[in-house]
Amino acid sequence: MSLAMLKPVPVQPGEPDTRPMVSIDSVEMSFGTYVAVQDVNLTVADGEFLAIVGPTGCGKSTILNAIAGLLKPTKGTVSIDGTLINNIQNDIGYLFQQDALLPWKTSIENVELSLMFKGIAVKERRERSMNWLAKVGLKGFEHRYPHQLSGGQRKRVQMAQALIAAPKVILMDEPFSALDIHTRHLMQNELLRLWQEERRAVVMITHDLEEAIALGDRVAILAAGPRSRVIESFPVELERPRDVAEIKLDPRFMDLYRNIWASLRGEVEKSYERRD
Amino acid sequence: MNVVTERIIQLGILVFILGGWQLGVTAGVIDVFFFPAPLDIFNQIVTWIIQPSFYKHVSITLTETVLGYVIGTALGVAAGVWLGLSRSAARILDPFIKGLNAIPRVVLAPIFVLWLGLGLWSKVALAVTLVFFITFFNAMQGVREVNPVVLANAKILGAKRSDLLRHVYFPAAASWILSSLRTSVGFAVVGAIIGEYLGASAGLGYLIAQAEGNFDAVGVFAGIIILAVFVLIIDRILDVAEGKLIKWRPNAAEERPA
Repeated sequence: MSLAMLKPVPVQPGEPDTRPMVSIDSVEMSFGTYVAVQDVNLTVADGEFLAIVGPTGCGKSTILNAIAGLLKPTKGTVSIDGTLINNIQNDIGYLFQQDALLPWKTSIENVELSLMFKGIAVKERRERSMNWLAKVGLKGFEHRYPHQLSGGQRKRVQMAQALIAAPKVILMDEPFSALDIHTRHLMQNELLRLWQEERRAVVMITHDLEEAIALGDRVAILAAGPRSRVIESFPVELERPRDVAEIKLDPRFMDLYRNIWASLRGEVEKSYERRD
Repeated sequence: MNVVTERIIQLGILVFILGGWQLGVTAGVIDVFFFPAPLDIFNQIVTWIIQPSFYKHVSITLTETVLGYVIGTALGVAAGVWLGLSRSAARILDPFIKGLNAIPRVVLAPIFVLWLGLGLWSKVALAVTLVFFITFFNAMQGVREVNPVVLANAKILGAKRSDLLRHVYFPAAASWILSSLRTSVGFAVVGAIIGEYLGASAGLGYLIAQAEGNFDAVGVFAGIIILAVFVLIIDRILDVAEGKLIKWRPNAAEERPA
């Protein structure tokens, strides 16, 4: 993995499409009598990067799982590109917080999974997987098993695995929270670089406000659970390409941080009070 | 302590035990009727080994073991994966499985002889009943403990039910099954030997039973030692097989303290 490839790729500041790619309409998710989220309304435009921030245990992940079709909303609807979701979606890429690679498959076998499930011939899928592994900086690691890779390398494989099928929507559930801070910055930059090459709608869940502002076009704040909902939404008007480590020193970044934190702080405190 | 010293100590212990035993026999302290002299046992083993008919017995026991193992594992994996995936089937069949598993398998031997005769298949059947449950429980556990995140990821990547079985459930179960490989082969051997011991016309178990029938302690001890070596050789083969089969897992031997 060379550092050279982390240089931000010059990209024309393309205006995100305004067509809603993901729309969540008055969704309620509950488990038995426990209502995790209630009356959530969100839309994500094509090519928009939405970061959702909220205190721990506010039901952030359940929203992602509803978009992925892994969970069914108790009330309300979710649709992707105008189509209502009622089962597991295959045109999304999901980047999990935990390791989601098949431990018995090598990097390349993991990356090509979605192509294989689609029935694409061996030769073509090998070629495309090799390209993707090179793209995420893992050339030469094709035949390693996940346990032979570092945490950051496994994340790279997961990124390639999720993005190779060119999904319409990319979902991310605290994807980098398990990594150390330096690896995290590297991976965040890498992610931005890949995303800018081919902009798609992204919904990212995080509890790290810095990450949310540095990566997102918009930051939505969820209230403390139970019965969590979106309380506020802040546009992030920082130009791209961004460098995640440097942008934090930008005065506009700090202003945004102050503003959003003022709103988030109350929820974080509430969530701690409820837990005690 | 280095390896050489350890080996020397091991050898010392062996020489001490066998030497003491042999001396005890020569001095008349130990009754050879119950504890025959090690040299006599050794001679008996050598006599057997140079006899071609001995290999007929070994090959019969080996055939029974392998057949029992293969059939038992195949049935165990199929049933385990099925019940691992279908919770309701597992709940319905649970009391029956527990009941069957509670039967001491040895008492089934006479029934199998009754059904299948004194030949090979009654021993195979006994070995199968022993192996089946070990593989079955391991396969079921393996399927149930598939990481839900890995499963969700595979589904999102577009895996159909057959893809999930082939690429997620079976490999997950396989690692559990392979980890129980040793135990289940051991049980396959036990099944074969007990079957032969209770009624057969050939095999290592038959050899021991025959010696016992003649109050030939030398033969019994020699048979026991040959059995031990037989199992050790199988164990060694499995070591190699396991290393070849599970390449994707961190090597257990590497992590073991040297």
